[in-house]
Amino acid sequence: MSQTRIGRLFKRLGAEGRPALIAYITAGDPSPDRTPALVAALERGGADLIELGVPFSDPIADGPVIQRGSDRALKAGTRVATVLQIAREIRKRSEIPLLLFTYMNPVLRYGLEALARDAAASGIDGCLLTDLSVEEAEPYVAAMRGAGLDTAFLAAPTSSERRLRLVAQYSSGFVYLVSRTGVTGERASVSSAVGPLVNAMRKVTDLPLAVGFGISSADQVRSVGEIADGVAVGSAFVRTIEQYAASSELETRLEAVARQLASGLPSKNRDEHGTAR
Amino acid sequence: MTAPQPDPSGHFGPYGGRFVPEVLMAPLEQLERAYQEARADPAFQAELKDLLANYAGRPTPLYHARRLSEAAGGGAKIYLKREDLLHTGAHKINNCLGQALLARRMGKQRIIAETGAGQHGVATATVCALFGLECIVYMGEEDMRRQRLNVFRMRLLGAKVVGVANGSRTLKDAISEAMRDWVTNVDSTHYLLGSALGAHPYPMMVRDFHRVIGEETRRQILEREGRLPDSIFACVGGGSNAIGIFHAFLGDAGVRLIGVEAGGRGAELGAHAARFSGGAPGVLHGAFSYLLQDADGQVALTHSVSAGLDYALVGPEHAWLREQGRTEYVSASDREALDAAQTLARKEGIIPALESAHAVAEAVRRAGSARGELFVINLSGRGDKDTDIYRENLKELDEPDQNRTAL
Repeated sequence: MSQTRIGRLFKRLGAEGRPALIAYITAGDPSPDRTPALVAALERGGADLIELGVPFSDPIADGPVIQRGSDRALKAGTRVATVLQIAREIRKRSEIPLLLFTYMNPVLRYGLEALARDAAASGIDGCLLTDLSVEEAEPYVAAMRGAGLDTAFLAAPTSSERRLRLVAQYSSGFVYLVSRTGVTGERASVSSAVGPLVNAMRKVTDLPLAVGFGISSADQVRSVGEIADGVAVGSAFVRTIEQYAASSELETRLEAVARQLASGLPSKNRDEHGTAR
Repeated sequence: MTAPQPDPSGHFGPYGGRFVPEVLMAPLEQLERAYQEARADPAFQAELKDLLANYAGRPTPLYHARRLSEAAGGGAKIYLKREDLLHTGAHKINNCLGQALLARRMGKQRIIAETGAGQHGVATATVCALFGLECIVYMGEEDMRRQRLNVFRMRLLGAKVVGVANGSRTLKDAISEAMRDWVTNVDSTHYLLGSALGAHPYPMMVRDFHRVIGEETRRQILEREGRLPDSIFACVGGGSNAIGIFHAFLGDAGVRLIGVEAGGRGAELGAHAARFSGGAPGVLHGAFSYLLQDADGQVALTHSVSAGLDYALVGPEHAWLREQGRTEYVSASDREALDAAQTLARKEGIIPALESAHAVAEAVRRAGSARGELFVINLSGRGDKDTDIYRENLKELDEPDQNRTAL
């Protein structure tokens, strides 16, 4: 199977011996025309992969910050097709890996095959649906893989070994480990569940492992980056967008937040197997 | 109706399933195992049966509503299945007692629930008081306003009622918030979902706890009439009371099963909660079924005068039964429900819940031309909780001098 930009990214960073900084923003927040510049700012600040959130009316896995981001994007008229248009804009100037990050229903409504085809044509590299269990994922995965797109799935501290194997089996590109039970949002400390979850997942897959939910400081990026191949941050960026939405400083602020978080990325701390020490 | 429904993965044909974040898959699997064990455990069944009889008041009467039948044109002979006479005033207690016993069996001390009309919230608060469990009920702020009396009843029973200010501030948003709580507190908490909705095993389990409605009705109508009814009417929000009364009759091809959705104030998206006429298959809150949504897959706002029917997704088994041609679904408007409630109040001395009034409206509409037929309406709840809404909508009854003779 040919690799997407996501696969090539993790291969390159594995060789460099550092984890990826993964940045989530909701596409269309505060308005669709501003998202390409925000992605460029995140990239300048050191983000390696962008999760482009497709806003959904009922985001059950999200905390208040991302819920409000989705509301703003929906009010600004953001649709699935708008997000794909945003991706095409981004691709005019950047090769940063792009992952659609959303819920099942907008994708289902657009049509699995149609979305896979149009997303691939728009320069999207993969997709993650937070409320799609692997048990229901067969048609979706077939459609995405058919278009050459990656499918990342969530694994959680509550997942049994049997489920971790299933999640690995259905995932490509990377596996997204949820650091703790709960919704998205910033937390003061990293959950103690992360270490055991990363170890349990390493036993069943060679795919790169990203960890997200609750990470918002350089220190947290460092501690998670010591053991994972990617560190995902969302609410800290969306909160910055909320705070500076009306300001001409938004791009520079967002870039600064990314740079600050990227400064926490550990480097050259891996052995030849790519396994964290 | 050949294979048992749902299949082992929780699908009713293509509908149902499990569409939840991975964190919730473990508690759903645990719940499914615990339920399957409990279902096969005679001690569990005996305790539930005892509580249903001696605490909740089962069996409920099947009442021949003579004056309603006459008022409807004297065609059909209309019976009411009096779930409104149950403890807490609606069928919801059947499911709450079952799930509370299950929570205790799983060692979960903290119960969360959503509520729309407040009936499920009150029933949940009631069983939590009975079993000494912590109880948190999520309720949309709009519904809290509409159903103030039930908010107070829940608090009186020791529950904490958490207002939800997101989105439309109704049932949909209350369920989202309850799911966020559950995702966060999976180990300690049982989510006592109140309708035949959500991810497997909820639609199956909630249905099973309400099957008693149909089983009693079948026995009672055979005793009274010596034959099965021609038509059974039930309102459908999530669809728990409907699936509960329908199930015992699924094999009786001669019995028409009619679900009545909320027609609200019009046919345009946002003005009603008639998922079958206005929706398309989609995923919300864990299940795949008929969903009111826009062209981009965003869940539509809904409206009904009745908070308990004001929800964008219909229970998945209803979608499957309809596709099989076994059940049919129609809608009654706000106005029709209010009129039917008044008719029932004045002809029979029974003030129905606004939800149940939708079923009454459809039965009355069909009764005149159904000479010699037997109708059963599932009167799923009583109307005390709706007094404020009745007052808002029937202002002519609320004049202080209404009964004064003109001088």
